[in-house]
Amino acid sequence: MSSLLKITDLHVAVDEKPILKGVSLELRQGEVHALMGPNGSGKSTLAYTLVGHPKYEITSGTIEIDGTNINELDPCERARLGLFLAFQYPVTIPGVKVADFLRHAVTNIRNPERKEGEGLIPMREFRKELKERMEELGMDLEFARRYLNEGFSGGEKKRMEILQLAMLQPKFALLDETDSGLDSDAVRVVSEGLKKLSGPQMGSLIITHHERLLEYNVPQFTHVMLAGKIVETGDAELAHELHNHGYAAIRERHPAEAAEEQERQAKAQTANAGI
Amino acid sequence: MSTDTPVLEAQIGGGDYQFGFHDPTDKYVFQSRKGIDRQIVQQISEMKNEPAWMREFRLEALDIFFQKPMPTWGGDMSGLNFQDIYYYVKASAGQEKSWDDVPEDIRKTYDRLGIPQAEKQYLAGVKAQYESEVVYGSLQEDLAKQGVLFTDTDSAVRDHPDLVREYFGTVIPSADNKFAALNSAVWSGGSFIYVPPGVKIEFPLQAYFRINTQNMGQFERTLIIVDEGASVHYVEGCTAPTYSSDSLHSAVVEILVKRGGRCRYTTIQNWSNNVYNLVTKRAKAYGDSLMEWVDGNLGSKLTMKYPAIYLMEPGARGETLSIAFAGKGQHQDAGAKMVHCAPHTSSRVISKSISKDGGRASYRGLVKATHDAHHCKSNVVCDALILDPHSRSDTYPYIEVNQDNLTIEHEASVSKIAEEQLLYLMSRGMTEAEASAMIVTGFIEPLVKELPMEYAVEMNRLIELQMEGSVG
Repeated sequence: MSSLLKITDLHVAVDEKPILKGVSLELRQGEVHALMGPNGSGKSTLAYTLVGHPKYEITSGTIEIDGTNINELDPCERARLGLFLAFQYPVTIPGVKVADFLRHAVTNIRNPERKEGEGLIPMREFRKELKERMEELGMDLEFARRYLNEGFSGGEKKRMEILQLAMLQPKFALLDETDSGLDSDAVRVVSEGLKKLSGPQMGSLIITHHERLLEYNVPQFTHVMLAGKIVETGDAELAHELHNHGYAAIRERHPAEAAEEQERQAKAQTANAGI
Repeated sequence: MSTDTPVLEAQIGGGDYQFGFHDPTDKYVFQSRKGIDRQIVQQISEMKNEPAWMREFRLEALDIFFQKPMPTWGGDMSGLNFQDIYYYVKASAGQEKSWDDVPEDIRKTYDRLGIPQAEKQYLAGVKAQYESEVVYGSLQEDLAKQGVLFTDTDSAVRDHPDLVREYFGTVIPSADNKFAALNSAVWSGGSFIYVPPGVKIEFPLQAYFRINTQNMGQFERTLIIVDEGASVHYVEGCTAPTYSSDSLHSAVVEILVKRGGRCRYTTIQNWSNNVYNLVTKRAKAYGDSLMEWVDGNLGSKLTMKYPAIYLMEPGARGETLSIAFAGKGQHQDAGAKMVHCAPHTSSRVISKSISKDGGRASYRGLVKATHDAHHCKSNVVCDALILDPHSRSDTYPYIEVNQDNLTIEHEASVSKIAEEQLLYLMSRGMTEAEASAMIVTGFIEPLVKELPMEYAVEMNRLIELQMEGSVG
């Protein structure tokens, strides 16, 4: 049976400021969903909340995997249940080699019951697999010996996220603007990479402004966020329309949320002017 | 995980500190009474059957020790009572050349510490000092044939008096500081190394210092002479049992690296947290030579240690890599001194400190250039990582320069483990403790990779032990 990530009426606040105001979404293994919306509509907030960023406080609503509430689980426990976020801005971990990091991660994810200090997956097996995945993604094997994200270009960082995705084989992959800030070649590589990894074992939630990623990974569902809510859900055609015509039509169809968005932007501007 | 490794067994003995076990002391050959005075110093000298010049050297140093006030800077030494310490403890009758001849209790200790095993695998020579005296010594035969001397300093005074007398106390005079004076008065054991011109020793020579007795003071005295074009890598490790009252470790290490020579001195000190570790280490580097201190300070109650390099002639280079880890109740006041005494000399200091559970790590460093030391370069980089809000890090860089024509760079950074880094690693399935340990290991990686493989593994393992159970 395929697994289900179920988000029900999720309200989230950051520093007591409400950002998400009742988001519901169901993502099954094997499905591709696109999540779109203007800047500040809450897409990244949803992604961070799902992986358990401590700054994002769930004020009400639930996140469940196969009926189990994961609201209180830490990011490590959620990862071991099969959640993965390809970060929009992956951080640098100086001095930690990509291969060492991945070997730890892979061991923990594949053996969720592992106690600290227990053995890692065998080196030979791991190396072979890593080499294959890197070749598939057209990555120089030298990357495995570099420090995690240190001195990586934007494209290299994103490719590293996809490599991690390939190695960890999550049930649910959240991709937060994995295609942003890349030149068209890099977007193609990342898009193709994700396509190869997709299949019945992985559900994807793709947050994007662009169309390219979705050309390779055609969504069955497109969700549109505005002011902390999902205001519309459609199919691939909706994504196409938003890409071509922007969010004006969406705002027209959802005046209450559009007004809220405007109010929030005005507040933010005032706050910035104050500085 | 297997349960029969000596390390694990040792861990059980000392709670958090894996080397906290201790051996019975009732079979010891000799133990001085507590406290220090002329009689004790004379007694030590007599026990060692020393020549008159060394006895005089000791007694002069004792006077200096009494005259010098306690340092008022650095760490808190108010818990240190000089009259409550055993200054000389001899556990066995002599130094052995085979582990089989070392008394069983002592041999077991070194087995637990893994020394005989390491010796077989990757060392060119070993000295094992237990309490005040060296109990075991070995050196590869071919090195001995080439004229390399690796012995304990007591034997060197007897067997190589000319060499010892020429250099002993010339790099660090007794009057240098109170603890150098104390060591000069009561020193016992330590390593003496002489590497003849052009001889390059491929594998490290290792000494291992172990304190066993409560309220013990260990005062080893090490003298290393690297002759022209020669090279050596010397490694020392240190541990002590965990007692409720304090011990004192106050070593003096003097090194001379002659023209074109090369010396690397690697220390991984892992004292239990009741040890005052107050050490004076200094090297003189002559023309075109290279002196390197690699200094890992874990454990101890208070460490005050600033390995120094005096760059004596043009072309001399000095490098200090230092790692300090200050945990609960610990103060690591460590750093480096680089003294440019000649033109065209260069120095580099890289210091990394980690403080955790209320520990305090201070970098204290000096870069000095004399009047005629033009065209010199010095680069100092200090990075501190603070793991929680109770812990503390300080930087005290001192620069004394009487010369315009030189370049001194000093960079210092203090960082905390970023929430974003923890989230990133945890979202890949690491527990919070694993993620923190990984970040710390990465932080010191630039230094650890300078260590020989076996020590790098040991260093990472020690850091992991320090990190275990610390979070969440």
